[in-house]
Amino acid sequence: MSERRDFFGTALGAFTGLGALGALYAAKRTWDPLPSVKAGGFTTIDVSAAKENVLNTEMWRGKPIFILKVAKSDKKAHENKRLIDIDGDKFLVVIGLCTHLGCIPAYFGEEHSFKCACHGGEFDAAGEVTKAPPPTPLVIPPFKIDGKKMVLGEEGPEFQKLKADGLIA
Amino acid sequence: MAHFDKAFPFSNKWMDQRLAVNTLQKVLSTEYWIPKNINFLWAMGMILAATFGILVISGIFLLMYYIPSTKEGFDAVNYTIMSEVGYGWLWRHIHGVGASLVFLIIYIHMFTGIYYGSYKRGRELIWLSGMLLFVTFSAEAFSGYMLPWGQMSYWAGMVITNLFSAGSLELNGVVEWIRGDYVPGQAFLGRFFMLHVLLMPLIIMALIVLHFGTLRIPHVNNQDGEEVDFEESAALWKAGRKKEAKIIPFNPVFLSKDVFVMGVYFILFFYLVFYHFEFAMDPVNFDPADPLKTPAHIYPEWYFLWSYEILRPFSKDVGLIWFAFAQVIFMLLPFLDRSPNVAPANRRRPFRCWFWLLLIDMVTLTIMGKLPPTDPTFAMIGTIAAWTFIILWLALPFITMKEKLVGGKK
Amino acid sequence: MKELKVLFVVILFTGITYYGVEPFAHHAMHKQVDANGQEVIYEAKDFKYPDLKAVTAKGDATAGKAMISACTGCHGIESQKIKAPMDASMSAGAYGVNPPDLSVAGAIFDEQFLMNFIMNPTHASMVEHKFKGGKVYPMPVVAPDAQTAANIVAYLKSIAPKMEEVTPKEAFVAACGRCHADRYGKWTQIGDVPTTKANIVTHQNPELMKFDVKVAEYQDHLAKYMGKLPPDLSIMIRARSEHFMEHFIENPQSQLPGTAMPRVGVNEEGYAKVMAYLEETGDPSKPKREAIGPWVLGFFFIFTFLAYLWKRSQWKDLH
Repeated sequence: MSERRDFFGTALGAFTGLGALGALYAAKRTWDPLPSVKAGGFTTIDVSAAKENVLNTEMWRGKPIFILKVAKSDKKAHENKRLIDIDGDKFLVVIGLCTHLGCIPAYFGEEHSFKCACHGGEFDAAGEVTKAPPPTPLVIPPFKIDGKKMVLGEEGPEFQKLKADGLIA
Repeated sequence: MAHFDKAFPFSNKWMDQRLAVNTLQKVLSTEYWIPKNINFLWAMGMILAATFGILVISGIFLLMYYIPSTKEGFDAVNYTIMSEVGYGWLWRHIHGVGASLVFLIIYIHMFTGIYYGSYKRGRELIWLSGMLLFVTFSAEAFSGYMLPWGQMSYWAGMVITNLFSAGSLELNGVVEWIRGDYVPGQAFLGRFFMLHVLLMPLIIMALIVLHFGTLRIPHVNNQDGEEVDFEESAALWKAGRKKEAKIIPFNPVFLSKDVFVMGVYFILFFYLVFYHFEFAMDPVNFDPADPLKTPAHIYPEWYFLWSYEILRPFSKDVGLIWFAFAQVIFMLLPFLDRSPNVAPANRRRPFRCWFWLLLIDMVTLTIMGKLPPTDPTFAMIGTIAAWTFIILWLALPFITMKEKLVGGKK
Repeated sequence: MKELKVLFVVILFTGITYYGVEPFAHHAMHKQVDANGQEVIYEAKDFKYPDLKAVTAKGDATAGKAMISACTGCHGIESQKIKAPMDASMSAGAYGVNPPDLSVAGAIFDEQFLMNFIMNPTHASMVEHKFKGGKVYPMPVVAPDAQTAANIVAYLKSIAPKMEEVTPKEAFVAACGRCHADRYGKWTQIGDVPTTKANIVTHQNPELMKFDVKVAEYQDHLAKYMGKLPPDLSIMIRARSEHFMEHFIENPQSQLPGTAMPRVGVNEEGYAKVMAYLEETGDPSKPKREAIGPWVLGFFFIFTFLAYLWKRSQWKDLH
């Protein structure tokens, strides 16, 4: 086979490859989450009616979110810098999934403790690990405070500060 | 176990020992001999394979977001896929235009075969497997058209399934069984979704393999219908005497012509996808299905119009009989053509007239099938065209029996 | 060359089939003839309404403003902080349909049309055939004389925003949105679909359900008033030709004789804004399609050229 023959065939093959890349890009975009899914990624929560030491569960991006107005009597947790100050009250706002393997822990009010049924992990009322196996504290989702309301999904200044201090996870 | 010499894993020798890749390559590619005496119509087969591939790939992306529900189907297509999904509109346009163009190429491919006598002795199974592909592609197209659940989806579904009541036999039970309900509804949509997405594509893929298989031994035909001595020509080619050889290898020589013709085809294809798609995406189907309102004009997609038109001029039962006749008669071509001549139609006197008459008749039936049945002139032309179709096929054995032998061996 | 002859034959038969099945057949299906059996040829529309009597009176906006309570008994004017006396659902119960807000009316509707409409609503909107034999049109005649009508219209024009500031959706809502929903644009006849949250424990969304009930009740009244429910316009732009839309909106009776749809009297720019909105919801990929098309076609032209070079190199010494 002469050299020249291969050249045109190779040139055609390479150019076709370019086209294939374009098609692959379109295919990748077809798999992207839809705009309506991404828009649904913002949830507003009103904490004005929250009762002390009573766990409220909301949903954000399909995940459970724990909202807990931390009891003033729980001094240790109350001092924790992870808690969010809304209008003078301290709130725990975390993704309600155990950082071990993703089960949803239950809150035991008298003990001010989250206990995960799957492998026995425990967290305190500020979301810090008190009993293994979870490796890290409960994760704080991006949030923005707006008076007595909170928008999950947006990174407000308070969230940025927590992030800078390494406290969100 | 057979003896295996040492070879470097995944090297050519290693793969050849385990999968006979070199033999496969010779048989299917580099020493698959194609006659040199061909024109661009010989590329239609590869164009069909490419278009089918495009339909499958665009279909895969549509399938990710389509919901087979009478309530959600229309919006899944026209809102989710067309507005929300990244490039969803592109896959939908490609799929719609592809479904229409595949039939244009099928008809060109079919009539090429009829013209050059590529269905004669030795090639009957190529023709039959091809006609079976035509039938399965038709079922695939019809089932696919149901999915957007627009007005035309619903009413075409209603009309075509009504045909199965067999006219005066009034087999309404059969019609209801096909639909899974009294009228086209969720049950109907679900089963046609299954057919379109799984069963028909599997059958098509198997038939394509069969079609290629039936072609391998008789080899591809040529413009003069000449019986080529492939062994002799192959020896010439391999000896480097390429000008004298009457054949070329599939890969790379035949393929290079194929790919060029495909390029021209793709220019047309994508021009239609981006700039001219209403013929493939009829406005009537952008009205959601309404069981209480029949569209002013119900018509099938253009590729079904010729056989739809054969139904129309006759009374209910007679129409159904001729309609069934029309679906089946093409299959019998290798057996109705009584002449052994493998030659292009222009060298077979009476057959030449038969061919062009048939082609003009099919085009006429197609156009009349789209026109409203109320106009008396068009109705008259349609009736004449339907009778012409029937007479042409019934006359074929008699025309070809008398045909003079065209030179060459019998 | 033989191949060119073959190509010519293929193109000829394909072209004839295409012509017969598309332009020719669609023309035959949509042909309209007048009383003498002569085909009616429609010219392009400029939305001028020549059948209406020209009003020459010069309107006084201040006088119009003084009269406006004659209108705000039923109509709201949001831009002037005047709320409609009844909400959409109550209006539908009372009148069959919700009277439109008049904030952009002065911009999108034709001036002559508006004046004629105020003087004789059923005549201007071409629904006289629907309001015979005792059936009363919900809007009363507030200004039987041309001068008053001109004053009111002058006032409406004075408060209307400039055409460039009217969004396609605002034009659509004012001209069409009281009868036509557009679900792809999240528009119902009583307003946009609200953003609501479902109860994460019961998975029900009572807030949205209540809204849906209100829409259903409105549509109930509307269907009774009109005779059938006006269709959702989400994808109408692909379900009807440009020719149809232009002629239909300018004069509904021309395309659907006997229809209950009133002539709404948009001017040319108002029509353009409405069509822009319909394209937004019905054909949103159009800009992208037109942007990418040339690139894809360009790619295949180059592909074909390279394929030709390859083919030629392969077949060069074979003949």
